[in-house]
Amino acid sequence: MRFMVLVKASEESEAGVMPSQEALAEMGKYNEELAEAGVMLAGEGLHPSSRGVRVRFPERKVIDGPFAETKELIAGFWLIQAKSLDEAIEWVKRAPMEQTELEIRQVFEPEDFGEEFTPELREQEERLRAQAADNQ
Amino acid sequence: MAASDAHRAIEAVWRIESPRLIAGLARIVRDVGVAEDLAQDALIAALEQWPKSGVPDNPGAWLMGTAKHRAVDWLRRSKTLERKHQQLGREIEIQQGSAQTDVDAVLDDDIGDDLLRLIFTACHPVLSTEARIALTLRLVGALTTAEIARAFLVSEPTVAQRIVRAKRTLAEARVPFEVPSGREREARLSSVLEVIYAIFNEGYAASAGDDWMRPALCEDALRLGRILAGLAPEQPEVHGLVALMELQASRLRARTGPGGEPILLLDQDRSRWDQLLIRRGLAGLDRAQQLGGALGPYTLQAAIAACHARARRAQDTDWERIVALYDALVQLSPSPVVELNRAVAVAMAFGPAAALPLVDALRAERSLAGYPFLPSVRGDLLAKLDRFEEADEELNRAASLTRNRRERRLLLDRAARCARRSACAERDDRRGAQSPDGRRSA
Repeated sequence: MRFMVLVKASEESEAGVMPSQEALAEMGKYNEELAEAGVMLAGEGLHPSSRGVRVRFPERKVIDGPFAETKELIAGFWLIQAKSLDEAIEWVKRAPMEQTELEIRQVFEPEDFGEEFTPELREQEERLRAQAADNQ
Repeated sequence: MAASDAHRAIEAVWRIESPRLIAGLARIVRDVGVAEDLAQDALIAALEQWPKSGVPDNPGAWLMGTAKHRAVDWLRRSKTLERKHQQLGREIEIQQGSAQTDVDAVLDDDIGDDLLRLIFTACHPVLSTEARIALTLRLVGALTTAEIARAFLVSEPTVAQRIVRAKRTLAEARVPFEVPSGREREARLSSVLEVIYAIFNEGYAASAGDDWMRPALCEDALRLGRILAGLAPEQPEVHGLVALMELQASRLRARTGPGGEPILLLDQDRSRWDQLLIRRGLAGLDRAQQLGGALGPYTLQAAIAACHARARRAQDTDWERIVALYDALVQLSPSPVVELNRAVAVAMAFGPAAALPLVDALRAERSLAGYPFLPSVRGDLLAKLDRFEEADEELNRAASLTRNRRERRLLLDRAARCARRSACAERDDRRGAQSPDGRRSA
Protein backbone atom coordinates (compact mmCIF):
# COMPACT_ATOMS: atom_id res chain seq x y z
CA MET A 1 0.00 0.00 0.00
CA ARG A 2 1.04 3.52 -0.60
CA PHE A 3 0.45 6.48 1.61
CA MET A 4 0.95 10.15 1.01
CA VAL A 5 2.12 12.02 4.05
CA LEU A 6 1.21 15.68 3.79
CA VAL A 7 3.18 18.27 5.72
CA LYS A 8 1.01 21.22 6.70
CA ALA A 9 2.36 24.71 6.27
CA SER A 10 3.32 26.93 9.19
CA GLU A 11 3.86 30.66 9.65
CA GLU A 12 7.57 30.07 9.06
CA SER A 13 7.21 27.91 5.99
CA GLU A 14 4.76 30.42 4.51
CA ALA A 15 7.17 33.26 5.29
CA GLY A 16 9.84 31.41 3.32
CA VAL A 17 12.04 30.90 6.39
CA MET A 18 14.44 28.10 5.52
CA PRO A 19 14.92 25.39 8.16
CA SER A 20 18.10 25.56 10.24
CA GLN A 21 21.08 23.48 9.29
CA GLU A 22 20.38 21.30 12.27
CA ALA A 23 16.78 20.72 11.22
CA LEU A 24 17.88 19.91 7.68
CA ALA A 25 20.40 17.40 8.97
CA GLU A 26 17.71 15.77 11.13
CA MET A 27 15.38 15.58 8.17
CA GLY A 28 18.14 14.13 6.02
CA LYS A 29 18.74 11.44 8.60
CA TYR A 30 15.05 10.61 8.76
CA ASN A 31 14.76 10.43 4.98
CA GLU A 32 17.75 8.14 4.92
CA GLU A 33 16.12 5.92 7.50
CA LEU A 34 12.97 5.73 5.37
CA ALA A 35 14.97 4.98 2.24
CA GLU A 36 17.11 2.34 3.93
CA ALA A 37 14.02 0.57 5.21
CA GLY A 38 12.79 0.45 1.61
CA VAL A 39 9.77 2.54 2.59
CA MET A 40 10.32 5.88 0.88
CA LEU A 41 9.21 6.27 -2.72
CA ALA A 42 9.36 10.04 -3.06
CA GLY A 43 9.39 13.18 -0.97
CA GLU A 44 9.67 16.90 -1.64
CA GLY A 45 9.37 20.23 0.10
CA LEU A 46 7.34 23.02 -1.46
CA HIS A 47 7.95 26.74 -1.83
CA PRO A 48 5.57 29.00 0.13
CA SER A 49 2.19 29.70 -1.40
CA SER A 50 3.32 33.26 -2.23
CA ARG A 51 5.16 31.65 -5.13
CA GLY A 52 2.19 29.51 -6.13
CA VAL A 53 -1.02 30.05 -8.02
CA ARG A 54 -4.45 28.50 -8.05
CA VAL A 55 -6.44 27.78 -11.19
CA ARG A 56 -10.15 27.99 -10.47
CA PHE A 57 -12.59 25.96 -12.57
CA PRO A 58 -14.78 26.12 -14.58
CA GLU A 59 -13.63 29.56 -15.71
CA ARG A 60 -9.94 28.57 -15.42
CA LYS A 61 -9.22 31.79 -13.59
CA VAL A 62 -5.64 32.06 -12.36
CA ILE A 63 -5.35 33.37 -8.79
CA ASP A 64 -1.94 34.36 -7.47
CA GLY A 65 -0.71 33.36 -4.01
CA PRO A 66 -0.15 33.81 -1.14
CA PHE A 67 -3.24 32.13 0.23
CA ALA A 68 -4.87 32.55 3.60
CA GLU A 69 -5.78 29.68 5.96
CA THR A 70 -2.07 28.80 6.47
CA LYS A 71 -2.83 25.62 8.41
CA GLU A 72 -4.70 24.14 5.47
CA LEU A 73 -1.84 24.70 3.06
CA ILE A 74 0.68 22.04 2.12
CA ALA A 75 4.40 22.60 2.64
CA GLY A 76 5.71 19.24 1.50
CA PHE A 77 4.99 15.55 1.15
CA TRP A 78 6.32 12.06 1.31
CA LEU A 79 5.08 9.11 -0.66
CA ILE A 80 5.75 5.94 1.30
CA GLN A 81 5.07 2.24 0.88
CA ALA A 82 3.93 0.41 3.99
CA LYS A 83 2.07 -2.78 4.80
CA SER A 84 -0.69 -1.05 6.73
CA LEU A 85 -1.92 2.33 7.95
CA ASP A 86 -0.57 1.37 11.37
CA GLU A 87 2.89 0.95 9.96
CA ALA A 88 2.62 4.28 8.15
CA ILE A 89 1.60 5.90 11.44
CA GLU A 90 4.63 4.41 13.20
CA TRP A 91 6.94 5.79 10.53
CA VAL A 92 5.32 9.22 10.61
CA LYS A 93 5.59 9.40 14.41
CA ARG A 94 9.36 9.24 13.96
CA ALA A 95 9.53 12.33 11.75
CA PRO A 96 11.69 15.10 13.25
CA MET A 97 8.91 17.68 13.34
CA GLU A 98 7.94 20.39 15.76
CA GLN A 99 4.69 22.31 15.91
CA THR A 100 3.06 21.00 12.79
CA GLU A 101 0.61 18.41 11.68
CA LEU A 102 1.29 15.54 9.32
CA GLU A 103 -1.65 14.04 7.51
CA ILE A 104 -1.56 10.46 6.22
CA ARG A 105 -3.73 9.58 3.25
CA GLN A 106 -3.86 6.26 1.47
CA VAL A 107 -3.21 6.28 -2.26
CA PHE A 108 -5.83 4.58 -4.40
CA GLU A 109 -4.89 1.13 -5.66
CA PRO A 110 -6.60 -0.34 -8.73
CA GLU A 111 -8.78 -2.63 -6.59
CA ASP A 112 -10.14 0.39 -4.69
CA PHE A 113 -11.88 1.59 -7.82
CA GLY A 114 -14.21 -1.40 -7.77
CA GLU A 115 -17.31 -0.90 -9.89
CA GLU A 116 -16.19 2.50 -11.16
CA PHE A 117 -13.20 0.97 -12.76
CA THR A 118 -14.74 -1.88 -14.63
CA PRO A 119 -16.73 -0.27 -17.45
CA GLU A 120 -13.74 1.55 -18.89
CA LEU A 121 -11.66 -1.59 -18.82
CA ARG A 122 -14.49 -3.61 -20.28
CA GLU A 123 -14.72 -1.13 -23.11
CA GLN A 124 -10.99 -1.36 -23.63
CA GLU A 125 -11.18 -5.10 -23.72
CA GLU A 126 -13.97 -4.95 -26.24
CA ARG A 127 -11.83 -2.64 -28.34
CA LEU A 128 -9.07 -5.22 -28.25
CA ARG A 129 -11.51 -7.94 -29.21
CA ALA A 130 -12.77 -5.85 -32.11
CA GLN A 131 -9.20 -5.30 -33.23
CA ALA A 132 -8.52 -9.01 -33.06
CA ALA A 133 -11.63 -9.64 -35.12
CA ASP A 134 -10.49 -7.06 -37.69
CA ASN A 135 -7.21 -8.88 -38.01
CA GLN A 136 -8.95 -12.08 -38.92
CA MET B 1 -5.14 3.58 24.76
CA ALA B 2 -7.47 0.70 23.94
CA ALA B 3 -5.78 -2.67 24.03
CA SER B 4 -6.57 -3.44 20.40
CA ASP B 5 -5.08 -0.09 19.30
CA ALA B 6 -1.97 -0.85 21.30
CA HIS B 7 -1.69 -4.29 19.73
CA ARG B 8 -1.93 -2.86 16.25
CA ALA B 9 0.68 -0.25 17.09
CA ILE B 10 2.96 -2.94 18.51
CA GLU B 11 2.53 -5.03 15.39
CA ALA B 12 3.54 -2.03 13.27
CA VAL B 13 6.54 -1.29 15.49
CA TRP B 14 7.54 -4.93 15.24
CA ARG B 15 7.48 -4.82 11.47
CA ILE B 16 9.74 -1.80 11.48
CA GLU B 17 12.10 -2.84 14.25
CA SER B 18 12.35 -6.63 14.24
CA PRO B 19 14.86 -7.08 11.39
CA ARG B 20 17.37 -4.74 13.02
CA LEU B 21 16.58 -6.18 16.42
CA ILE B 22 17.19 -9.75 15.29
CA ALA B 23 20.30 -8.69 13.38
CA GLY B 24 21.80 -6.96 16.42
CA LEU B 25 21.00 -9.89 18.67
CA ALA B 26 22.41 -12.39 16.19
CA ARG B 27 25.75 -10.62 16.39
CA ILE B 28 25.75 -11.14 20.16
CA VAL B 29 24.56 -14.74 20.27
CA ARG B 30 25.87 -15.83 16.87
CA ASP B 31 22.74 -17.79 16.06
CA VAL B 32 19.82 -16.33 14.11
CA GLY B 33 17.38 -18.84 15.61
CA VAL B 34 18.29 -17.88 19.16
CA ALA B 35 18.30 -14.21 18.16
CA GLU B 36 14.77 -14.49 16.82
CA ASP B 37 13.60 -16.24 19.99
CA LEU B 38 15.11 -13.47 22.13
CA ALA B 39 13.50 -10.81 19.96
CA GLN B 40 10.16 -12.61 20.27
CA ASP B 41 10.56 -12.59 24.05
CA ALA B 42 11.02 -8.84 23.91
CA LEU B 43 7.90 -8.59 21.77
CA ILE B 44 5.91 -10.55 24.32
CA ALA B 45 7.15 -8.20 27.04
CA ALA B 46 6.00 -5.26 24.93
CA LEU B 47 2.59 -6.85 24.40
CA GLU B 48 2.25 -7.16 28.17
CA GLN B 49 3.47 -3.69 29.10
CA TRP B 50 2.68 -1.25 26.29
CA PRO B 51 -1.11 -1.56 26.42
CA LYS B 52 -0.86 -0.31 30.03
CA SER B 53 2.05 2.12 29.77
CA GLY B 54 1.63 3.26 26.17
CA VAL B 55 4.12 2.81 23.35
CA PRO B 56 7.46 4.32 24.45
CA ASP B 57 8.95 7.26 22.55
CA ASN B 58 11.74 5.16 21.17
CA PRO B 59 10.19 1.70 20.85
CA GLY B 60 13.20 0.27 19.00
CA ALA B 61 15.55 1.11 21.86
CA TRP B 62 13.05 -0.30 24.37
CA LEU B 63 12.84 -3.60 22.51
CA MET B 64 16.62 -3.76 22.10
CA GLY B 65 17.21 -2.98 25.79
CA THR B 66 14.77 -5.68 26.87
CA ALA B 67 16.19 -8.22 24.46
CA LYS B 68 19.72 -7.36 25.52
CA HIS B 69 19.03 -8.49 29.09
CA ARG B 70 17.72 -11.76 27.81
CA ALA B 71 20.71 -12.15 25.52
CA VAL B 72 23.08 -11.72 28.44
CA ASP B 73 21.14 -14.33 30.42
CA TRP B 74 21.29 -16.67 27.46
CA LEU B 75 25.04 -16.20 27.10
CA ARG B 76 25.56 -16.95 30.80
CA ARG B 77 23.49 -20.10 30.51
CA SER B 78 25.26 -21.27 27.39
CA LYS B 79 28.60 -20.52 29.02
CA THR B 80 27.69 -22.85 31.85
CA LEU B 81 26.50 -25.34 29.29
CA GLU B 82 29.71 -24.95 27.39
CA ARG B 83 31.74 -25.71 30.48
CA LYS B 84 29.74 -28.86 30.97
CA HIS B 85 30.27 -29.83 27.38
CA GLN B 86 33.98 -29.18 27.69
CA GLN B 87 34.06 -31.46 30.70
CA LEU B 88 32.54 -34.06 28.46
CA GLY B 89 35.37 -33.42 26.06
CA ARG B 90 33.20 -31.88 23.42
CA GLU B 91 34.18 -28.79 21.62
CA ILE B 92 31.61 -26.12 21.16
CA GLU B 93 32.38 -22.89 19.51
CA ILE B 94 30.58 -20.06 21.17
CA GLN B 95 32.01 -16.58 21.36
CA GLN B 96 32.40 -15.73 24.99
CA GLY B 97 34.40 -13.61 27.38
CA SER B 98 33.45 -10.07 26.60
CA ALA B 99 29.75 -10.75 26.28
CA GLN B 100 28.76 -7.55 28.07
CA THR B 101 30.98 -5.32 25.92
CA ASP B 102 29.62 -7.03 22.81
CA VAL B 103 26.10 -6.24 23.89
CA ASP B 104 26.89 -2.59 24.53
CA ALA B 105 28.75 -2.30 21.25
CA VAL B 106 25.74 -3.61 19.38
CA LEU B 107 23.54 -0.96 20.94
CA ASP B 108 25.89 1.85 19.96
CA ASP B 109 27.02 0.51 16.64
CA ASP B 110 25.66 1.10 13.22
CA ILE B 111 23.18 -1.71 12.90
CA GLY B 112 23.40 -1.72 9.10
CA ASP B 113 26.29 -4.17 8.95
CA ASP B 114 24.37 -6.58 11.15
CA LEU B 115 21.34 -6.36 8.89
CA LEU B 116 23.53 -7.19 5.90
CA ARG B 117 24.93 -10.16 7.84
CA LEU B 118 21.40 -11.26 8.60
CA ILE B 119 20.42 -11.11 4.92
CA PHE B 120 23.47 -13.11 3.85
CA THR B 121 22.82 -15.69 6.55
CA ALA B 122 19.13 -16.11 5.75
CA CYS B 123 20.06 -16.61 2.08
CA HIS B 124 22.87 -19.06 2.79
CA PRO B 125 23.28 -21.71 0.07
CA VAL B 126 23.24 -24.47 2.69
CA LEU B 127 19.46 -23.90 2.74
CA SER B 128 16.99 -24.92 0.06
CA THR B 129 15.50 -22.12 -2.03
CA GLU B 130 12.15 -22.53 -0.27
CA ALA B 131 13.81 -22.31 3.13
CA ARG B 132 15.82 -19.24 2.11
CA ILE B 133 12.69 -17.49 0.88
CA ALA B 134 10.70 -18.27 4.03
CA LEU B 135 13.53 -17.29 6.36
CA THR B 136 14.28 -14.06 4.50
CA LEU B 137 10.64 -12.98 4.49
CA ARG B 138 10.36 -13.82 8.15
CA LEU B 139 13.60 -12.35 9.50
CA VAL B 140 14.30 -9.49 7.09
CA GLY B 141 10.83 -8.79 5.71
CA ALA B 142 9.20 -9.15 9.16
CA LEU B 143 6.31 -11.14 7.71
CA THR B 144 4.37 -13.43 9.99
CA THR B 145 4.21 -17.16 9.36
CA ALA B 146 0.56 -16.73 8.39
CA GLU B 147 1.41 -14.04 5.84
CA ILE B 148 4.12 -16.19 4.25
CA ALA B 149 1.75 -19.17 4.16
CA ARG B 150 -0.93 -17.08 2.44
CA ALA B 151 1.54 -15.70 -0.08
CA PHE B 152 2.83 -19.12 -1.09
CA LEU B 153 -0.47 -20.99 -0.76
CA VAL B 154 0.84 -23.47 1.77
CA SER B 155 -0.37 -24.18 5.26
CA GLU B 156 0.90 -22.27 8.26
CA PRO B 157 2.42 -25.35 9.93
CA THR B 158 4.33 -26.05 6.72
CA VAL B 159 5.90 -22.59 6.77
CA ALA B 160 6.55 -22.75 10.49
CA GLN B 161 8.30 -26.06 10.08
CA ARG B 162 10.28 -24.81 7.10
CA ILE B 163 11.57 -21.92 9.22
CA VAL B 164 12.37 -24.10 12.23
CA ARG B 165 14.28 -26.53 10.04
CA ALA B 166 16.13 -23.71 8.28
CA LYS B 167 17.29 -22.26 11.59
CA ARG B 168 18.37 -25.69 12.78
CA THR B 169 20.29 -26.29 9.54
CA LEU B 170 22.14 -22.99 9.94
CA ALA B 171 23.06 -23.85 13.52
CA GLU B 172 24.16 -27.39 12.68
CA ALA B 173 26.22 -26.24 9.71
CA ARG B 174 27.77 -23.62 12.02
CA VAL B 175 27.14 -20.96 9.44
CA PRO B 176 29.04 -17.92 10.70
CA PHE B 177 27.06 -14.71 11.13
CA GLU B 178 29.04 -12.62 8.69
CA VAL B 179 29.20 -10.97 5.31
CA PRO B 180 31.53 -13.19 3.30
CA SER B 181 34.56 -11.60 1.70
CA GLY B 182 36.51 -12.08 -1.50
CA ARG B 183 35.27 -14.45 -4.15
CA GLU B 184 32.77 -16.08 -1.84
CA ARG B 185 31.07 -12.74 -1.43
CA GLU B 186 30.14 -12.60 -5.09
CA ALA B 187 28.65 -16.06 -5.13
CA ARG B 188 26.76 -15.43 -1.91
CA LEU B 189 25.48 -12.08 -3.15
CA SER B 190 24.01 -13.77 -6.18
CA SER B 191 22.22 -16.18 -3.84
CA VAL B 192 20.72 -13.17 -2.01
CA LEU B 193 19.63 -11.54 -5.26
CA GLU B 194 18.15 -14.83 -6.43
CA VAL B 195 16.03 -15.12 -3.28
CA ILE B 196 14.71 -11.57 -3.57
CA TYR B 197 13.90 -12.01 -7.25
CA ALA B 198 12.22 -15.35 -6.58
CA ILE B 199 9.95 -13.61 -4.05
CA PHE B 200 9.18 -10.90 -6.57
CA ASN B 201 8.43 -13.41 -9.31
CA GLU B 202 6.11 -15.42 -7.13
CA GLY B 203 4.14 -12.21 -6.70
CA TYR B 204 4.46 -11.10 -10.31
CA ALA B 205 3.50 -14.33 -12.01
CA ALA B 206 2.06 -16.59 -9.40
CA SER B 207 3.06 -20.11 -10.36
CA ALA B 208 -0.08 -21.63 -8.90
CA GLY B 209 -3.49 -20.71 -7.63
CA ASP B 210 -6.41 -18.60 -8.78
CA ASP B 211 -4.82 -15.16 -8.91
CA TRP B 212 -2.38 -14.35 -11.62
CA MET B 213 -0.49 -11.95 -9.39
CA ARG B 214 0.01 -11.23 -5.73
CA PRO B 215 1.15 -7.60 -5.65
CA ALA B 216 1.82 -7.55 -1.90
CA LEU B 217 4.60 -10.07 -2.44
CA CYS B 218 6.09 -7.83 -5.15
CA GLU B 219 6.06 -4.97 -2.66
CA ASP B 220 7.82 -7.13 -0.08
CA ALA B 221 10.51 -8.05 -2.60
CA LEU B 222 10.93 -4.42 -3.62
CA ARG B 223 11.30 -3.41 -0.02
CA LEU B 224 13.94 -6.11 0.55
CA GLY B 225 15.75 -5.03 -2.60
CA ARG B 226 15.76 -1.37 -1.56
CA ILE B 227 17.07 -2.31 1.89
CA LEU B 228 19.86 -4.27 0.25
CA ALA B 229 20.65 -1.38 -2.10
CA GLY B 230 21.02 0.88 0.94
CA LEU B 231 23.34 -1.60 2.65
CA ALA B 232 25.47 -2.53 -0.35
CA PRO B 233 25.33 0.57 -2.59
CA GLU B 234 28.65 -0.31 -4.24
CA GLN B 235 27.19 -3.42 -5.91
CA PRO B 236 25.89 -2.66 -9.43
CA GLU B 237 23.82 -5.83 -9.60
CA VAL B 238 21.87 -4.86 -6.49
CA HIS B 239 20.77 -1.65 -8.22
CA GLY B 240 20.20 -3.67 -11.39
CA LEU B 241 17.85 -6.03 -9.57
CA VAL B 242 15.93 -3.21 -7.86
CA ALA B 243 15.63 -1.41 -11.20
CA LEU B 244 14.39 -4.60 -12.86
CA MET B 245 11.76 -5.13 -10.16
CA GLU B 246 10.60 -1.50 -10.20
CA LEU B 247 10.29 -1.49 -13.98
CA GLN B 248 8.34 -4.74 -13.96
CA ALA B 249 6.18 -3.62 -11.04
CA SER B 250 5.38 -0.40 -12.92
CA ARG B 251 3.20 -2.57 -15.17
CA LEU B 252 1.38 -4.38 -12.37
CA ARG B 253 -1.91 -2.50 -12.62
CA ALA B 254 -2.01 -2.78 -16.41
CA ARG B 255 -1.44 -6.52 -16.36
CA THR B 256 -4.94 -7.65 -15.47
CA GLY B 257 -8.37 -6.94 -16.83
CA PRO B 258 -11.59 -6.42 -14.89
CA GLY B 259 -12.11 -10.14 -14.34
CA GLY B 260 -8.54 -10.61 -13.13
CA GLU B 261 -7.47 -12.11 -16.44
CA PRO B 262 -3.92 -11.41 -17.63
CA ILE B 263 -3.26 -8.75 -20.28
CA LEU B 264 -0.02 -9.32 -22.15
CA LEU B 265 2.68 -6.67 -22.40
CA LEU B 266 1.94 -5.53 -25.93
CA ASP B 267 -1.81 -5.30 -25.30
CA GLN B 268 -1.49 -3.26 -22.13
CA ASP B 269 -2.81 0.27 -21.80
CA ARG B 270 0.49 2.04 -21.22
CA SER B 271 -1.16 5.08 -19.68
CA ARG B 272 -1.80 2.82 -16.71
CA TRP B 273 1.88 2.10 -16.16
CA ASP B 274 3.21 3.57 -12.95
CA GLN B 275 5.43 6.49 -13.98
CA LEU B 276 6.91 6.88 -10.49
CA LEU B 277 8.20 3.31 -10.51
CA ILE B 278 9.44 3.73 -14.08
CA ARG B 279 11.39 6.83 -13.06
CA ARG B 280 12.83 5.05 -10.05
CA GLY B 281 13.67 2.02 -12.17
CA LEU B 282 15.42 4.05 -14.85
CA ALA B 283 17.37 5.94 -12.17
CA GLY B 284 18.41 2.63 -10.57
CA LEU B 285 19.52 1.32 -13.96
CA ASP B 286 21.64 4.46 -14.42
CA ARG B 287 23.26 3.90 -11.02
CA ALA B 288 24.04 0.29 -11.90
CA GLN B 289 25.59 1.32 -15.21
CA GLN B 290 27.55 4.19 -13.69
CA LEU B 291 29.21 1.88 -11.19
CA GLY B 292 31.06 0.51 -14.17
CA GLY B 293 32.26 -2.92 -15.16
CA ALA B 294 30.49 -5.34 -17.47
CA LEU B 295 26.73 -5.36 -17.00
CA GLY B 296 25.51 -8.26 -14.89
CA PRO B 297 22.45 -10.39 -15.66
CA TYR B 298 20.01 -8.33 -13.56
CA THR B 299 21.23 -5.04 -14.99
CA LEU B 300 20.88 -6.45 -18.51
CA GLN B 301 17.35 -7.59 -17.76
CA ALA B 302 16.60 -4.16 -16.29
CA ALA B 303 17.95 -2.60 -19.50
CA ILE B 304 15.55 -4.80 -21.47
CA ALA B 305 12.64 -3.82 -19.22
CA ALA B 306 13.69 -0.18 -19.70
CA CYS B 307 13.27 -0.56 -23.49
CA HIS B 308 9.62 -1.38 -22.87
CA ALA B 309 9.22 1.35 -20.26
CA ARG B 310 10.59 3.99 -22.63
CA ALA B 311 8.26 3.04 -25.49
CA ARG B 312 5.12 5.17 -25.27
CA ARG B 313 3.32 2.82 -27.65
CA ALA B 314 3.96 -0.90 -28.17
CA GLN B 315 4.95 -0.29 -31.78
CA ASP B 316 7.67 2.15 -30.64
CA THR B 317 9.57 -0.63 -28.84
CA ASP B 318 13.21 -0.86 -29.87
CA TRP B 319 13.20 -4.62 -30.48
CA GLU B 320 16.59 -4.65 -32.16
CA ARG B 321 18.17 -3.23 -29.02
CA ILE B 322 16.29 -5.81 -26.99
CA VAL B 323 17.70 -8.57 -29.19
CA ALA B 324 21.20 -7.13 -28.69
CA LEU B 325 20.71 -7.07 -24.91
CA TYR B 326 19.47 -10.66 -24.99
CA ASP B 327 22.58 -11.58 -27.02
CA ALA B 328 24.68 -10.22 -24.15
CA LEU B 329 22.52 -12.02 -21.60
CA VAL B 330 22.84 -15.33 -23.46
CA GLN B 331 26.63 -14.90 -23.41
CA LEU B 332 26.65 -14.11 -19.71
CA SER B 333 24.17 -16.58 -18.32
CA PRO B 334 23.14 -18.98 -21.03
CA SER B 335 19.89 -20.75 -20.30
CA PRO B 336 17.09 -22.17 -22.43
CA VAL B 337 14.66 -19.71 -20.85
CA VAL B 338 16.81 -16.75 -21.86
CA GLU B 339 17.16 -18.25 -25.36
CA LEU B 340 13.39 -18.51 -25.56
CA ASN B 341 12.94 -14.88 -24.54
CA ARG B 342 15.53 -13.89 -27.09
CA ALA B 343 13.56 -15.78 -29.73
CA VAL B 344 10.47 -13.74 -28.85
CA ALA B 345 12.46 -10.52 -29.31
CA VAL B 346 13.83 -11.83 -32.63
CA ALA B 347 10.28 -12.49 -33.78
CA MET B 348 9.33 -8.90 -32.98
CA ALA B 349 12.45 -7.41 -34.56
CA PHE B 350 12.85 -9.63 -37.61
CA GLY B 351 9.57 -11.51 -37.97
CA PRO B 352 8.16 -14.90 -36.87
CA ALA B 353 9.92 -16.83 -39.61
CA ALA B 354 13.31 -15.79 -38.23
CA ALA B 355 12.34 -16.84 -34.70
CA LEU B 356 10.65 -20.19 -35.33
CA PRO B 357 13.88 -22.15 -36.00
CA LEU B 358 15.31 -20.76 -32.72
CA VAL B 359 12.27 -21.98 -30.81
CA ASP B 360 12.25 -25.33 -32.64
CA ALA B 361 15.86 -25.86 -31.56
CA LEU B 362 14.77 -25.47 -27.93
CA ARG B 363 12.21 -28.26 -28.13
CA ALA B 364 14.94 -30.81 -27.49
CA GLU B 365 15.82 -29.07 -24.20
CA ARG B 366 14.99 -31.38 -21.35
CA SER B 367 14.81 -28.53 -18.85
CA LEU B 368 11.98 -26.95 -20.84
CA ALA B 369 9.95 -30.16 -21.05
CA GLY B 370 7.24 -28.99 -18.64
CA TYR B 371 7.62 -25.26 -19.31
CA PRO B 372 4.33 -23.81 -20.58
CA PHE B 373 5.97 -20.73 -22.10
CA LEU B 374 7.74 -22.81 -24.81
CA PRO B 375 4.62 -24.23 -26.51
CA SER B 376 2.88 -20.91 -25.87
CA VAL B 377 5.56 -18.94 -27.75
CA ARG B 378 5.74 -21.55 -30.47
CA GLY B 379 1.97 -21.48 -30.80
CA ASP B 380 2.03 -17.69 -31.23
CA LEU B 381 4.71 -17.85 -33.89
CA LEU B 382 2.84 -20.57 -35.78
CA ALA B 383 -0.35 -18.51 -35.61
CA LYS B 384 1.48 -15.51 -37.04
CA LEU B 385 2.71 -17.75 -39.85
CA ASP B 386 -0.93 -18.79 -40.50
CA ARG B 387 -0.24 -22.36 -39.36
CA PHE B 388 -3.36 -22.33 -37.17
CA GLU B 389 -3.84 -26.05 -36.67
CA GLU B 390 -0.34 -26.51 -35.27
CA ALA B 391 -0.75 -23.30 -33.27
CA ASP B 392 -3.95 -24.59 -31.70
CA GLU B 393 -2.19 -27.79 -30.70
CA GLU B 394 0.76 -25.93 -29.13
CA LEU B 395 -1.44 -23.50 -27.20
CA ASN B 396 -3.49 -26.39 -25.85
CA ARG B 397 -0.30 -28.08 -24.76
CA ALA B 398 0.80 -24.88 -23.01
CA ALA B 399 -2.58 -24.68 -21.26
CA SER B 400 -2.21 -28.23 -19.99
CA LEU B 401 1.22 -27.41 -18.55
CA THR B 402 0.46 -24.27 -16.57
CA ARG B 403 -0.63 -24.57 -12.96
CA ASN B 404 -2.15 -21.11 -12.89
CA ARG B 405 -5.86 -21.06 -13.60
CA ARG B 406 -5.95 -17.53 -15.11
CA GLU B 407 -3.05 -18.28 -17.39
CA ARG B 408 -4.65 -21.53 -18.51
CA ARG B 409 -7.80 -19.63 -19.39
CA LEU B 410 -5.86 -17.13 -21.50
CA LEU B 411 -4.03 -19.89 -23.35
CA LEU B 412 -7.22 -21.84 -24.03
CA ASP B 413 -8.85 -18.68 -25.40
CA ARG B 414 -5.96 -18.16 -27.75
CA ALA B 415 -6.04 -21.81 -28.79
CA ALA B 416 -9.77 -21.57 -29.50
CA ARG B 417 -9.17 -18.50 -31.66
CA CYS B 418 -6.57 -20.45 -33.66
CA ALA B 419 -8.92 -23.41 -33.98
CA ARG B 420 -11.63 -21.10 -35.35
CA ARG B 421 -9.26 -19.56 -37.85
CA SER B 422 -7.99 -22.99 -38.78
CA ALA B 423 -11.58 -24.08 -39.46
CA CYS B 424 -12.18 -20.85 -41.45
CA ALA B 425 -9.09 -21.46 -43.51
CA GLU B 426 -10.22 -25.00 -44.28
CA ARG B 427 -13.68 -23.79 -45.24
CA ASP B 428 -12.16 -21.08 -47.41
CA ASP B 429 -9.92 -23.67 -48.99
CA ARG B 430 -12.91 -25.77 -49.86
CA ARG B 431 -14.79 -22.74 -51.13
CA GLY B 432 -11.75 -21.64 -53.04
CA ALA B 433 -11.58 -25.02 -54.74
CA GLN B 434 -15.29 -24.87 -55.57
CA SER B 435 -15.53 -21.26 -56.67
CA PRO B 436 -15.36 -20.81 -60.40
CA ASP B 437 -12.73 -18.07 -60.39
CA GLY B 438 -10.57 -20.05 -57.96
CA ARG B 439 -10.26 -17.01 -55.67
CA ARG B 440 -8.91 -17.90 -52.26
CA SER B 441 -9.27 -15.92 -49.15
CA ALA B 442 -6.16 -13.98 -48.19
